[in-house]
Amino acid sequence: MTSTIDVHAAAQTFLAHTEAHLVSYLEACVHCGLCAEACHFYQASGNPEHTPAYKLFPIAQAYRRQKFPLAWLGLAPRIDADDLKHWETLLFDTCTLCGRCTTACPMGIDIASIVTGARRAFVAAGLGPADLLAAADSSREHGSPLGLTAQKLRERIEWLADEHGVPIALDKAKADVLLTVSSVEMMKYPESVVAMAKLLNHAGVDWTFSSKGYEATNFGYLSGKSDIAKLMVERIVDAAQSVGARTVVVPECGHAFGVLRWTAANMLGRPLPFAVLHISEFLAQLKRAGKLELTPLKESITYHDPCQISRRGGAARDARYLLEDFAEDFREMTPTGNLNWCCGGGGGVQAIARAADLRYKVFKIKMDQVEQTGAQTMVSSCSNCRLTMDESKAHWKWEGGLASLVELVADHLVEETKPAV
Amino acid sequence: MNLLAFARGPALTVALAVFVFGVAWRLLSLLLLPWARDLAVARATAPPALVGAVKGFVRHLWPPRPLARGALIVTVNGYVFHLGLAVIVFGLAQHILFLRGLFGVHWPNLPSGVISAVAVVTLASLFVALGRRLTNPVLKLISTSNDYFSWFVTMLPVATGLIAVSHLWAPYETLLAVHMLSVSLLLVWLPFGKLMHAFLVFLTRAETGIVYSRRGAEI
Repeated sequence: MTSTIDVHAAAQTFLAHTEAHLVSYLEACVHCGLCAEACHFYQASGNPEHTPAYKLFPIAQAYRRQKFPLAWLGLAPRIDADDLKHWETLLFDTCTLCGRCTTACPMGIDIASIVTGARRAFVAAGLGPADLLAAADSSREHGSPLGLTAQKLRERIEWLADEHGVPIALDKAKADVLLTVSSVEMMKYPESVVAMAKLLNHAGVDWTFSSKGYEATNFGYLSGKSDIAKLMVERIVDAAQSVGARTVVVPECGHAFGVLRWTAANMLGRPLPFAVLHISEFLAQLKRAGKLELTPLKESITYHDPCQISRRGGAARDARYLLEDFAEDFREMTPTGNLNWCCGGGGGVQAIARAADLRYKVFKIKMDQVEQTGAQTMVSSCSNCRLTMDESKAHWKWEGGLASLVELVADHLVEETKPAV
Repeated sequence: MNLLAFARGPALTVALAVFVFGVAWRLLSLLLLPWARDLAVARATAPPALVGAVKGFVRHLWPPRPLARGALIVTVNGYVFHLGLAVIVFGLAQHILFLRGLFGVHWPNLPSGVISAVAVVTLASLFVALGRRLTNPVLKLISTSNDYFSWFVTMLPVATGLIAVSHLWAPYETLLAVHMLSVSLLLVWLPFGKLMHAFLVFLTRAETGIVYSRRGAEI
């Protein structure tokens, strides 16, 4: 088994991507261990191996052996296939790329960016969790990790539009806004798709889905398969260009937003020909423009900041702006915003079956946080967080409510005041 | 040539040369790597890169409040020995004389009694750090020979300096020579081990500050 692991390929793949900032991050770690304090996996398991700095060890060693100015001395230990096998679990199952560790790091090291590079290296070596890699392959083959082909997209959109009596635009020849979808929503939370359509129609937005490029999630990126990561981005770019969209809206999915908004241009090597907005940012824009009139939300809620939207995405304020004057009993968790605890399933971890027990443990942190607020419902703007939380909730038979921000807003729309265009 | 003359003369000269060239080499080999330009369009509200860099540096001076409790001992202890080392290096009259010889600038010194007290606290703080490294399960796991050796070469000049000013155990000249040799060891090691963080900290905090300020995020 271990003989199929190509250690050399791992090192070469990682080192091929070593830009100055990654290298300085690798060289600067002082092994203080503070990142463990910030990591939900370490906090939930108490396992020292879950310390973020430790997860970088094989990559740091590969770098020290080959590229470090003193590499010729041969002092750095050699990494072997068994090491890589061992670290595969740490790099894929126990990191959601949430970036919380960076907030604690006295050197300000962006550990998540190194983990992303490390995953690419591990995949090049022939490693990586089979189910996560299969989700990436399915994206390439079928257009989506959950097998949402263009044909299925069409069928489901037809069914949803019919069932809910809401027009859902697909393959319009021209549109200002290209809306994308997370297949998690389309397959498991289809009301979320209806809610987006309802809101965009209501605000008079000229929008469409496109069967050329619809999948917002990027399992190529999360699994370390760069070719698939790029392909997924290209599909959306093609779709946006063919409808002439100036804005691409990413649905409730944190990583989809993070990848398309902050990484995609760097993958392509050129700026994207459109603006990228997360649906919560887009709705906040509509609200600012006076295009969202809502009836008050009475039940007590708290908001779970998806890591890639708030901490690493810079959109924490927009979600709160949407809730302002709408959610009458809004309670913040402690900590919240940029320091929020992760759901436990981001960064592809949700797709890794063997990580389920660990995810459940992590969710206990969340449960405690919500219970401390006394809020009835935890609202999120990420369907991946929602799926992780739904599964963990079922595991613990937890009674707290879970909801989607977009669905809540759509459910409280004052429809008669602003007819759809 | 006696030991003191050797320590003061060739040993220190070589050590300083290794230090200067080593640091320059490390920094250059890093800065000459390709810098990927971030092609993602920054938020309209993003500050200029310099502001992002400074914010990144300042933000990581202290862990954020929700994390501060768990990180308190490590952080406070870290400040104690870092500041202690700075006070000793730049406050003792003999050190100022030495630095004046090198750079031609000088400043008022602190009383030697104060420096000795600071050195005792610094030494104690360094041993607290070592104690944690040896006993805390996380630190035990992530510590390497680089960490322990770097600790040793940092502690040594403080300890030998204290012994030298206390005139304990051996003639002052010998103690001074040993102290100066320990400083040389520190200088020679600094560019090649984790002590290089003294320079890298400016780079890494600034990089993270720039990346995330473009995103409108605070991390």
